[in-house]
Amino acid sequence: MLYSDKVLEHFASPHNVGEIPDANGVGEVGNAKCGDIMKMYLKIQNGVIEDAKFKTFGCGAAIATSSMATDMIKGSTVEDALKLSNQAVVDALDGLPASKIHCSVLAEQAVKAALTDYYQRQGVDPEPIVGKVEECHACGD
Amino acid sequence: MTKRFVYADNAATTQVSDEVLEAMLPWLKEGYGNPSSIYEKGRQAGHAIEDARKKMAEALGAQPQEIYFTGCGSEADNWALKGVMHKLASKGKKHLITTVFEHHAILHTCASLEKEGFEITYLPVGPLGLVTPEQVAQAIRPDTGLVSIMYANNEIGTIQPIPEIGKICRERGVLFHTDAVQAVGNVPINVVEQNIDMLSMSGHKIHAPKGVGALYMKKGIVIPNLIDGGEQERGRRAGTENVASIVGLGRAIELACADIPGKIAKVTPMRDRIIDALSDIPMCRLNGDRNRRLMGNVNMSFVGAEGEAILLGLDLRGICASSGSACTTGSLDPSHVLLALGLCHEVAHGSLRLTISDWTTEEDVDHIIASVKEVITKTREMSPLWEDIQNGKKKISLGVE
Repeated sequence: MLYSDKVLEHFASPHNVGEIPDANGVGEVGNAKCGDIMKMYLKIQNGVIEDAKFKTFGCGAAIATSSMATDMIKGSTVEDALKLSNQAVVDALDGLPASKIHCSVLAEQAVKAALTDYYQRQGVDPEPIVGKVEECHACGD
Repeated sequence: MTKRFVYADNAATTQVSDEVLEAMLPWLKEGYGNPSSIYEKGRQAGHAIEDARKKMAEALGAQPQEIYFTGCGSEADNWALKGVMHKLASKGKKHLITTVFEHHAILHTCASLEKEGFEITYLPVGPLGLVTPEQVAQAIRPDTGLVSIMYANNEIGTIQPIPEIGKICRERGVLFHTDAVQAVGNVPINVVEQNIDMLSMSGHKIHAPKGVGALYMKKGIVIPNLIDGGEQERGRRAGTENVASIVGLGRAIELACADIPGKIAKVTPMRDRIIDALSDIPMCRLNGDRNRRLMGNVNMSFVGAEGEAILLGLDLRGICASSGSACTTGSLDPSHVLLALGLCHEVAHGSLRLTISDWTTEEDVDHIIASVKEVITKTREMSPLWEDIQNGKKKISLGVE
């Protein structure tokens, strides 16, 4: 498995690992059967993501994409975070092996799942804003 | 975090030993003659190959003319299975018996034979990763042409009752092939005493280079040629020989089989020390029978930690190992071997295979134990699955279903 140095760097010292006790947006995607679970915690204030943390069960790419995705949305507005694409995460990591692209999709979905939860807590229907969060493209479980 | 290079993936491949390299070098330099040539330079190369063949035969209890050099173990497996089935098809024998947890060199060859219309019985394996001679006896049909069962499993290292299976095959008049790629040099093998008709092996698992293997085929068995051409390998696998590698294989098997009991006495306690120490980690299990297992094989599952992440964590500490998680099989499913034992996906994803050898030191073992413990703790700390297990939100059975 040829990982880029960037991926290995983020695996070795992942950024933003942990939980946010007073998070106001929490989302979890993936499942244990597939071997990938990502849980993302967001602290949002005045439409800005003040803090983002994650916990991930999964391979090196799953951990690296979680780390990178949380880096990318931290400090950004909710609107910008909604635009985060899996490709942007892949690019920021200097690429991923083809068999690992689904990990970046999972990272994008984890952000969306956390934002869905955020809107729900605000009493706002998330679907028109976030869209439907597809849990796992790869196995459909 | 301490870093120390420890190679614990000997089931994947091994380093070419100095002795083997020394034996090979002349045949990469001045000994470049074609073994088929009439003059001295050619004859010398020819003698070197025959000398290697003799060493192979001695190590396996076979006759030199029963040894055929190939390009790898997979080639030997392909040739044996396809060769026998194609040969016996005209006699109405269209059935082959194997197991669900063979190497893909066997399983994919069987899939290819199925496409041609042959029928394959895949014997299930028990929760400890063993097949029984009784299972084989029950599966044999009047149209069974071949039984192919691996000597030792490449992932969990379980050693199958090969002599007993061979005996049943012989009594029932069915040919018996074994993929012994993982067993040669680890288990005493004698093809005559153990009733083996055909055996595949590979050089690079026993400190010979990659790109050379062999098929033992009992005298009297005639199957279609693998490669038509010149007279090399008695005309059955034509093509100018890979002289240096064949010489290397001869030297390697001589060394690997010189003192198997001595190696077992040295390596088994190190293996057991790893298993015992890692068993202290909560929510883990040993995969495969503890006793009927290759001297250097440790295969354990750690729930809540994913296999590839474990490997990368070990790599950061200098340790080379392997896993049967989906991420490392290149598919969405974890290893077919672990699933065959009855493990659930969640447990199979957290598997780690360490394969040590007589080159491994006690200091290496210390480093392996400390590093695996560290890596499992670190991986679980960031695992939402482990969190759910800890707070009782998710239940995962460590046992087999």
